[in-house]
Amino acid sequence: MMIQQPPAIRFDRLGQVFRTRSGQTEALRDVSFEVAHHEFLAVLGPSGCGKSTLLRMIAGLLKPTSGQVEVFGMPVTGPRDDIGIVFQKPTLLPWATVEDNVIFPVRHKTGRVSPRERERAQELLAMVGLEGFGTRLPDELSGGMQQRVGIARALHMDPDILLMDEPFSALDALTREVMGFDLLRIFAERPKTVVFITHSVSEAALLADRVLVMSGRPGSVASEHLVPVARPRGPDSMKDPALLDLTADLRDRLMTRAAA
Amino acid sequence: MTQTQSQATAAKPARPAPVRPAPARPVASTAPATAPLDARPFVQRLADLPGLTTGATLIGTLLLWEAAVRLLAIPSYLLPAPSAILSSFTAIGFERWMTHIWSTLRVAILGFALAIVVSVPLAMVMMRSALLSKTLYPLLVIVQSTPVVAIAPIIIVALGAGDLPRVVITTLITFFPLVVSTATGLAATPPELIELSRSLRAPAWREMTQIRLPYAVPYIFSALKISITLAVIGAVVAEFVAAEAGVGFFIQFSTSMFKLPQAWAGLIVLAAMSLTLFQLVVQVQKRVFPWSLPKSEH
Ligand SMILES: Nc1ncnc2c1ncn2[C@@H]1O[C@H](COP(=O)(O)OP(=O)(O)O)[C@@H](O)[C@H]1O
Ligand SMILES: [Mg+2]
Repeated sequence: MMIQQPPAIRFDRLGQVFRTRSGQTEALRDVSFEVAHHEFLAVLGPSGCGKSTLLRMIAGLLKPTSGQVEVFGMPVTGPRDDIGIVFQKPTLLPWATVEDNVIFPVRHKTGRVSPRERERAQELLAMVGLEGFGTRLPDELSGGMQQRVGIARALHMDPDILLMDEPFSALDALTREVMGFDLLRIFAERPKTVVFITHSVSEAALLADRVLVMSGRPGSVASEHLVPVARPRGPDSMKDPALLDLTADLRDRLMTRAAA
Repeated sequence: MTQTQSQATAAKPARPAPVRPAPARPVASTAPATAPLDARPFVQRLADLPGLTTGATLIGTLLLWEAAVRLLAIPSYLLPAPSAILSSFTAIGFERWMTHIWSTLRVAILGFALAIVVSVPLAMVMMRSALLSKTLYPLLVIVQSTPVVAIAPIIIVALGAGDLPRVVITTLITFFPLVVSTATGLAATPPELIELSRSLRAPAWREMTQIRLPYAVPYIFSALKISITLAVIGAVVAEFVAAEAGVGFFIQFSTSMFKLPQAWAGLIVLAAMSLTLFQLVVQVQKRVFPWSLPKSEH
């Protein structure tokens, strides 16, 4: 449907070799894939296969040692303003209120905060289900609520691309599920291009338009899977036979890889 | 450092006493045997009152001390009785005490402040540059391991009369834990936040002031608590070398005149000063940086 537009993200025969004192680690080899505008891509793969490294290269925090990464058709040369990041741990500033944490990127980048940006923080807090929590300190919040603040923080500068690195791994199973449904709602309201790393097969299938399975050492793309489930999705989508088939297939692939 | 350390331990005996909640325990644990069942929580609640156990410990210790000195006829140059110490304390008079206390306090606080002013920027510079860190660290360790008492006379000769040499000596004794702790704190920031800062292309100084420095606050305060007591020790060491006033000077002077109860009075004043300053640092952290305390201490 958007044929003329370049993909939001494009990896072209990308490789990454880390040189450390103890030798070399080839983290990624010959990785090529694209993420379309407003596509939600989930990435599955064993630990250490280079998933976080991929994200850091999209964010412009790390240069590839071979191949290249393009964002909106331009090679990535450094960090850009239109990318937001959500980490595995919320990593909020413990001394700052929830609202100050949400506006932190603006304050940190420009040194100033306008009333308009505070308003925006309030809107985002309401969107992630934290209305009225703006004046709390992070350690008064549960892990799930803290991660919601982390998501609001990443959305505050209204990025086109959102990178999420195992954002729900530290949460308990129930909270995690609720957070997944909330993400579906948030991105239905404000579509974004999302790269979402997870270890949960069902989470990947529920949230994503497409799932990328990686193999490890050196990391590369093992398979790609379209998620054949219509949106809007919700708790009922979990029972969709197409989704159940896909999760079974994904689980098999990951298992055989882990066993090999 | 051996000299200053022996100073540290010399100043201690008076200090731990009020902290130990020992005598309250037997009261609480023997109570249920004789008293009715509901008496136990009451005694325990009594023991939990802030200051009460400390006060009881203090009074108990003093009574025991007084009794021991009188019954065993311990000569006053070995261990003067609390009553003797008290009477020499009151004999000195408020104004003389104030002169000595102010003299020591001034040097301790100035030296402590100078140590903060020197070590925090130093730690920031060392954090930013691996080269500077590699060059400065050995130097700092050398300065730290040189017995300050040994260089104190040199510093006094070099810097002349007045507060300055004493302040410098105090700073030399106090700054090391501050540098090390601050540097550790600055480096302990979660790497995610540093990546966030880099992804925002924020200026490096803002990464320092908005992320690293606040993250170092708990580390800085751990060091401040150590350094503030070291500052009193530093001021006293400096007075031992050259001074006409100060609590350290007063103790030395009293000892040389064989007025041991008077020296003990000075020692107790010194311990009280240390405790007060330490509490001051604790309170500043509690009031200004409550988030930097472990949850249980809020
Ligand atoms: N900065 C680095 N220096 C050296 N090796 C690294 C660095 N970052 C990642 N690696 C290595 O690259 C591999 C992939 O890491 P990572 O992207 O974190 O994996 P994942 O997120 O899939 O668990 C691992 O073997 C890791 O040890
Ligand atoms: Mg990772």
